[in-house]
Amino acid sequence: MNPLSVVARTVCNLFAWFLAVFGIYVIVHGHLTPGGGFQGGAVVATFMAFLLVAHGGSKMQSWVRKDIFTLMECLGLTVFIAAALLGMSHTFFFNFLANAGGLFGSSVPIGPNSGALNTSGTIALMNLSVGLEVVGGLSMILLYMFSGVHPEEPFGREETGHDR
Amino acid sequence: MTGNFPYLVVGILFVIGFVGLIFEKNLVKIAIAVSVVEAATNLFIITLGYRSGGSIPVWTMAGSGSSRMVLPTPQALTLTAIVIGLATTALLLSFVMTIYRHYGSLDVRDIRRLRG
Amino acid sequence: MSWQVHLPALLIAVPLLGAFLAPLTALGGKGLRNTWFVLVSLAFTLIAFLLWARVGAFGTAVYVMGGQSWNLALPSGMEVPVRILMEVDAFSAFMVLLSAVAALAGAIFSVTYMDRFSGLEKFVALYFLMVAGMFGMEITGDFFNFFVFLEISSVASFGLVAFWRDRGEALEAAFKYMLVSTLGALMVLVAVAFLYSKYNVVNMAALGKVIEWGMVEKTSLVLFLTALAMKCGAVPMHMWMPDAYAEAPAGVTCALIAVSQASLYGLFRVTYTIFGAFMGSPIIPWVIIVLGVLSMFIGVSMAVIQKEVGRLIAYHSVSQVGYMLLGFGVGLLALSDARAMADYGFTALKGGVYHIVNYTMYKGLLFLSAGALFYATGCRNLNDMGGLGRKMPKTMGLFMIAAAAIAGLPPFNGFVSKLFLYESSFAVHPVLAVFAMVTSVLTLASFVKIFQTAFLGPALKKFDNVREVPGAMLLGMSVLGVAILLLSLFPTWSVNHLVEPAAKALVDQASYIGAVFAATVPGGGL
Repeated sequence: MNPLSVVARTVCNLFAWFLAVFGIYVIVHGHLTPGGGFQGGAVVATFMAFLLVAHGGSKMQSWVRKDIFTLMECLGLTVFIAAALLGMSHTFFFNFLANAGGLFGSSVPIGPNSGALNTSGTIALMNLSVGLEVVGGLSMILLYMFSGVHPEEPFGREETGHDR
Repeated sequence: MTGNFPYLVVGILFVIGFVGLIFEKNLVKIAIAVSVVEAATNLFIITLGYRSGGSIPVWTMAGSGSSRMVLPTPQALTLTAIVIGLATTALLLSFVMTIYRHYGSLDVRDIRRLRG
Repeated sequence: MSWQVHLPALLIAVPLLGAFLAPLTALGGKGLRNTWFVLVSLAFTLIAFLLWARVGAFGTAVYVMGGQSWNLALPSGMEVPVRILMEVDAFSAFMVLLSAVAALAGAIFSVTYMDRFSGLEKFVALYFLMVAGMFGMEITGDFFNFFVFLEISSVASFGLVAFWRDRGEALEAAFKYMLVSTLGALMVLVAVAFLYSKYNVVNMAALGKVIEWGMVEKTSLVLFLTALAMKCGAVPMHMWMPDAYAEAPAGVTCALIAVSQASLYGLFRVTYTIFGAFMGSPIIPWVIIVLGVLSMFIGVSMAVIQKEVGRLIAYHSVSQVGYMLLGFGVGLLALSDARAMADYGFTALKGGVYHIVNYTMYKGLLFLSAGALFYATGCRNLNDMGGLGRKMPKTMGLFMIAAAAIAGLPPFNGFVSKLFLYESSFAVHPVLAVFAMVTSVLTLASFVKIFQTAFLGPALKKFDNVREVPGAMLLGMSVLGVAILLLSLFPTWSVNHLVEPAAKALVDQASYIGAVFAATVPGGGL
């Protein structure tokens, strides 16, 4: 796909950052407001979609490495499952950080309140890791789909042996 | 009576999606039909959780006046279903793309090497 | 409190961890990846075995995810379970054990079989995700999670079926499979939503306790039945099965069989445990029986005319699923009648349960040996093969074991389960037994055909360079071969220790429900 005009590219460059920040807000406030890891991650991944549409697939391919997104996915998922496994002293997925003090462990005020950010224990941690995973995964889906749009480009050049 | 309208919409959407799935010949349209069925299902679950006059099930935003909230469980279920739907749709479209490369066509009548 | 109470959670966690770390093993090269693949497979097989042994010794295991304590199903005096529950009764444990063995064999086989391909770390990740989804379906105590795990295993298996994406046929098969299974999964979700709309619970045990018989439940049951029968390949919607099974890499097919058995497990969990009390009217059991008979007969008659090894064996899957549906349908017919149950129902159930394990073992082995033939010769078509018995004697031996077992030749395990089925279905209606026997004869005929064309006959010139397949593939096949031989040599032990507890657990609706409501810590609090 060809790059768009200068105006469109500039606007996309600017607003992509706002989207990323908004997505991170949604991820971080996942336990307080509607949203969470997946929704926020999907918003952050539109960062990649904006840049792809504005600059075209081939340019993006040279700017980013797909390995980074694989790494993000793995890291997010591993943190998620590790957080679940660390609760194993009680049960799988036990929220061992809640009410334990520290970054995630403030206790929750009773009744309607404006929401305290540092309250939810492993839930916030899991939101963050899921957010990371979704950003990686969706960005990778977008990149691969863009590279698949051109039929003349050989698909998945880096892989071998699938052509029997 | 008007309370049942959402269910009517769900039924219509489901039938549209189902008919599309069976009778459409174009792979992309089939993918769209799957998404329509998915949307109908999600709408169905969300509607089940609605309580008339209820506010959103979040303490920070519920305000003090209303004592009723809509059920949060169906919303959580729907979100999960949406996430799964996203994965399915992405994979479905990727398959459509790669199938087009192999067969040079999106018509199901041309994509029939496996038979018998 | 021993660490073994955590086995249900570990059963899901270990394959998931294996899947999530698999892409990272690419950094360590081929050796690390293969070691990881086999090690994690061995680990979940061990866990599955321990879980099965534990359930056998201590009865139904309930596990509360994220609770203060593993058995706190009803916190703060709640009347229904609110947390996510795993519930493993003898039937689930049985399914888990045999799925784990099939998945282990597929994994060991795939290590060498997939050797020529790149992108294998993704293959490993998808394989483990599929296995995790399969285990999840079998041990979950919660309908919504059943849907989630169903989708996890399905989505992972779509990717695996289409793994040879440079073959258009593989993509075509995956697309077909995907449409059927996505529609099936959505129908499961709608069925769950129907039940939720009336009872506001999605927990299986809680639902089984409060459920009544009305329009909502009937709709939901019909949706469940349609969707899960679609997923396990019963006849009107069987067309995805030969395509997907024949086009997927052989190791994957071996695990895919176990995945479709997990759908079958869901079908029986729904009909026996949730709706078991309303099976007095014979409509639903007869629907299942008729589906079974049709699958048996149509599957086998389609199989006889196939020329491709993979497709031929895959059509037999349709007919074998028919046997299980027949057995469980007859059992369901007798469910509300204690005398009929003792008379023929329990025999039918035993036959069905026994057939599940036999089917998974020998069908897995058949697909693996078909894969071995493909690996060694590069052809799929029977007409191009011949005289391979001299070149590949070990593969031939293993194939012979599996073929004899599926055809129900007397010393082998297939004979025992089929005998149970003939005996019990004859008591319901002689025609059913006649159909089952005719199917069995045709099965034998078509396997004689494969055996004769592929392995016997004069050695062909073009196969001069063909050798026996590498050791790892033979090892994977032997896992299943040994399992078949053990089941055949100790039929009494396997019926008494493997099959009967599972069949009993399936009939015993009250104890499945009771296990959740009894599993509380008094005064435990949140």
